[in-house]
Amino acid sequence: MKIVVCIKQVPATETKLVLLADGTDIDRAGLSLIVNPYDEFAVEEALQIKERFGAGEVTVLSLREHPLQKTEDALRTCLATGADKAILLSDPAFEGGDGFSAAVALAAALRRLGYDLLLFGKQAVDDDAAAVGIQVAELLGVPHVAVVNKLDVRPESRTVLAHRQIEGGLEVVEAPLPAVITCQKGLNEPRYPSLPGIMKAKQKPLEVWTRETLGVPADEVGRGGAKTRVIGVTPPPSRQAGRILSGDAATAVTELVRLLHEEVKLI
Amino acid sequence: MSQGTEQWILVFCEQRDGVLKKVGFEALGAATRLAAPLKGSVAAVAIGAAVSPLAPDLAAHGASRVLLAEDTRLIHYSSEAYTAVLADIALRLNPFAILMGATAMGRDVAAKLAARLKGALIQDCIGLQMEGDGTLRATRPIYGGKLRAVVQATSSTFQVITLRPNVFEPAARRAAPDVQHESVPVPAIDPRTTATVREVQRVAGSKRELTEASIIVSGGRGLKAPEHFKLVEDLAEALDAAVGASRAAVDAGWKPHGYQVGLTGKTVSPQLYIACGISGAIQHQAGMSSARTIVAVNSNPNAPIFKLATYGIVGDLFEVLPLLTAEVKRHKAAS
Repeated sequence: MKIVVCIKQVPATETKLVLLADGTDIDRAGLSLIVNPYDEFAVEEALQIKERFGAGEVTVLSLREHPLQKTEDALRTCLATGADKAILLSDPAFEGGDGFSAAVALAAALRRLGYDLLLFGKQAVDDDAAAVGIQVAELLGVPHVAVVNKLDVRPESRTVLAHRQIEGGLEVVEAPLPAVITCQKGLNEPRYPSLPGIMKAKQKPLEVWTRETLGVPADEVGRGGAKTRVIGVTPPPSRQAGRILSGDAATAVTELVRLLHEEVKLI
Repeated sequence: MSQGTEQWILVFCEQRDGVLKKVGFEALGAATRLAAPLKGSVAAVAIGAAVSPLAPDLAAHGASRVLLAEDTRLIHYSSEAYTAVLADIALRLNPFAILMGATAMGRDVAAKLAARLKGALIQDCIGLQMEGDGTLRATRPIYGGKLRAVVQATSSTFQVITLRPNVFEPAARRAAPDVQHESVPVPAIDPRTTATVREVQRVAGSKRELTEASIIVSGGRGLKAPEHFKLVEDLAEALDAAVGASRAAVDAGWKPHGYQVGLTGKTVSPQLYIACGISGAIQHQAGMSSARTIVAVNSNPNAPIFKLATYGIVGDLFEVLPLLTAEVKRHKAAS
């Protein structure tokens, strides 16, 4: 079973983000960067599937979309947790795009790699679009199941059975392989890289592929292939300073209900 | 089959079990407001096993054309079938924009549809604005709500836009005028090459869906033990609200992950969010900071949640929550 996990390097969630002076992006210099938390579920699932069947290969694939991303580090982290090899898509032509142009490059790389199962995080916690895995599936012409918190791979029938989270419940979805699965919290508990794993990761293959390697036209990837453009980035409007209701609990509660009724008109 | 020069805003209105989602009416409202400066019209699409009965409701909420893709095989959602139906309609009407709710279904089909149409995808919008030159600018939260991006399509391509539930004003109900209903074909889907929903399982106990609720009462570590969630549930019951939980409460096993509000859980935009015993870490804020009114009850006056809260009560949950539940009940009984 050939499993490819697509990962993204994102700013650490507790990092304070500073905007560039022109307000078009965050300042990416010196950011603390991590493997997207949902992608960790995808890597872990791939490793567990390989362990369960005692055979197969886990490849991690990532696209550098900004020159200040240290995507190699993210890929090495995945190799340290147990992935077998890594592919980095790195080329100025891949930069400055959107989710769709990233999906085009990833799909081209995946065609070249070959695959039985493709795993993604359900969304990257930077642009929060929850789209790239689904769009890669569409571009490759394979089915997908998104936001999966339970996965059963059945090699004998070449199918998967997945639990997909929906509002107030779940959908039990069956799909033939090859398929794309996007991974949600609850699927597994990602392992940490071990010290021997970190040592071994340095010896594992990490290939760098460029636009030429993929043979995709420049106007289909990166900035040229983007279907959307960010005009500006702003902080959300700051909330008004909270009003602490004083007095004993009974007084505060009475006042709160009065406010919710009279000012907010919610009760 | 050209429709002349008429400008359409296409709205996919999601239904499950024959019930339209509220966010569909919100999308119809947003579409109606976009259509006005374009002198365009709103077309609504419903897809499912039995959607004809929904047509009058869609027409009454601003759709001047209702397209029904009805097929008994579509008891459940099918990413492939829904995409095929919507792509077909999009190619026929060449709409200015395609809107739908940013729900589990909406986000799924929007991504696939945008890729099929080679169009722009803008997920989870909280604002839409038409510029003087006729371009549409969408505002969406990024980095877990820490920032907002204004996004537009790069060219005059298809634009597929999902709208965060509870944010856009729904279309006002009107006496439905003469509206064309038309059936659109559902292409045959081969289960050997597509993902098929075998069944839908409802989670017991979650009476109200978090992402759709107008009022949410959430509990956190301050509750100290799982059995104390009863205090949160009683207040939610009194307010007819949904119940949420912080990551700390979920990680402790007090509530399943489906209840989690925050970065690795759900993002909610209710009218009222009541945080009980939740300190308000940045990960929690990511999921609830766009709530209109926030109430915090916490024993620690320095908890970050108070910086966010519209109203705060510093006090003992075990004293405040029962009082609050009683006061809400008393108030409702009196009004």
